[in-house]
Amino acid sequence: MRLLREAECVLPPDVLGALEGALAQETGEVARSQLLVILENVRKAARRSAPICQDTGLPVFFVRGRYDARMEAALSRAVARATGEIPLRPNIVDPLSRVNQGNNLGPGMPPVHFEPSDIEHLDLAVLPKGAGSENWSALRMLNPSEGLEGVRRFVTDCVIRAGSRPCPPTVVGIGLGGTADLAVALSKKALLRPLGSSNDDAALAELERELRTQLNSLGLGPMGLGGRTTVLGVLAEKANCHTASLPVAVSLNCWAARKAFARIYPDGRVRFSQEGFD
Amino acid sequence: MNALELTSPITEDRVRALRAGDIVYLSGELLTARDEAHLRALEMEAEGRPLPFELSGRALYHCGPIMRMEKGWRVVAAGPTTSARMDSLEPRFLRAFRPRLIIGKGGMSPETLQAMAEVGCAYLAFTGGAAVVAAEALPEVTGVYWEDLGMPEAVWRLRAERLGPMVVAMDAHGRSLYREVEDEVRRRASLL
Repeated sequence: MRLLREAECVLPPDVLGALEGALAQETGEVARSQLLVILENVRKAARRSAPICQDTGLPVFFVRGRYDARMEAALSRAVARATGEIPLRPNIVDPLSRVNQGNNLGPGMPPVHFEPSDIEHLDLAVLPKGAGSENWSALRMLNPSEGLEGVRRFVTDCVIRAGSRPCPPTVVGIGLGGTADLAVALSKKALLRPLGSSNDDAALAELERELRTQLNSLGLGPMGLGGRTTVLGVLAEKANCHTASLPVAVSLNCWAARKAFARIYPDGRVRFSQEGFD
Repeated sequence: MNALELTSPITEDRVRALRAGDIVYLSGELLTARDEAHLRALEMEAEGRPLPFELSGRALYHCGPIMRMEKGWRVVAAGPTTSARMDSLEPRFLRAFRPRLIIGKGGMSPETLQAMAEVGCAYLAFTGGAAVVAAEALPEVTGVYWEDLGMPEAVWRLRAERLGPMVVAMDAHGRSLYREVEDEVRRRASLL
């Protein structure tokens, strides 16, 4: 519950810093006006403990530790409670009938990515994902011969195609390799990483840097109204893949790149953070 | 920043005087409508039934707010939603109901831009995600319709007090800042 409240109402410090950096880069009146409203909104949301954006999104959970079968039910209870108390917008509907049961739950919801680990504590992260950015998620099964150039082209096309709609300046998550489903999951997991961090892998770190410069040279700007800051950062993760495959997935996050982390110790102590642990 | 002050309901002349790039604040009456409300309104129109609210001359807000029932309804968070989702319905909607302003984010299609020029309507871009800034400028809920569509999809009639700053991103003369930026982005991408 506290995890969800922090994630929804307080923008993580790395994202706030990146937005302030974006304002320093922009000279045009329209681009600056967008960033000034964004920063004013972030301050007001934190002060009032109100959600930063009315699209409080769909909370995607990431859990690392020993499996506990009670986990999913506990997360569902927290989501239902947060929906009433914070409050969150009831966003979740049946995909065809579009019936909304009002508590942000239902078959498959909330999604929980579980990573088994033999650590003593349990690491919990939540990424509230708004539809404006989620609707521009994309996967392409590239031909391996298209290589790095193919990856760069696909990511750039995704950002151009999305245009103004995912609320730029965005954060670009890239999942490279794996299977189709794993690539998409990696592109989302990448969004948990701090902005300004580089992948430990030198080739991926280089790809992140290059794409960031390239995307910011496009001129799309804040809210697609023109400017120098189209992305706040590019974060890539990879897995090995089949010799005949080169999957690449893109998950965009809006400027309101919300996230929060909790570490739960065996004695019941809980630490909260919006920057992640270690 | 040299900003214009607008009030809804608004006249066609006032809207036609707006130019792409102008920065404005809006006070007065606005009505929210997203996908489901557009669909229902057009269905009713096709069946010849009147809507329970008046849109003519008003501002249409692409927004699915978070509301809270206290003594009455109160706006908790109410930033704009992606307008492009309404693209397939908006030209018909504009011709049928004649709102004078659209508030949204991300812009709309050339077909919508054309309908806007025809009926005299301008598109105001409000910063996406600025839900709390918007809520503070929307102090009063004066009506709610079609609550059965759910909180985000219902039509909320709101009173605005200097909602903004907003950018006239598409004007009533066929000019769209989005299209200009997109053209430039494609030109630069072709040089990469």
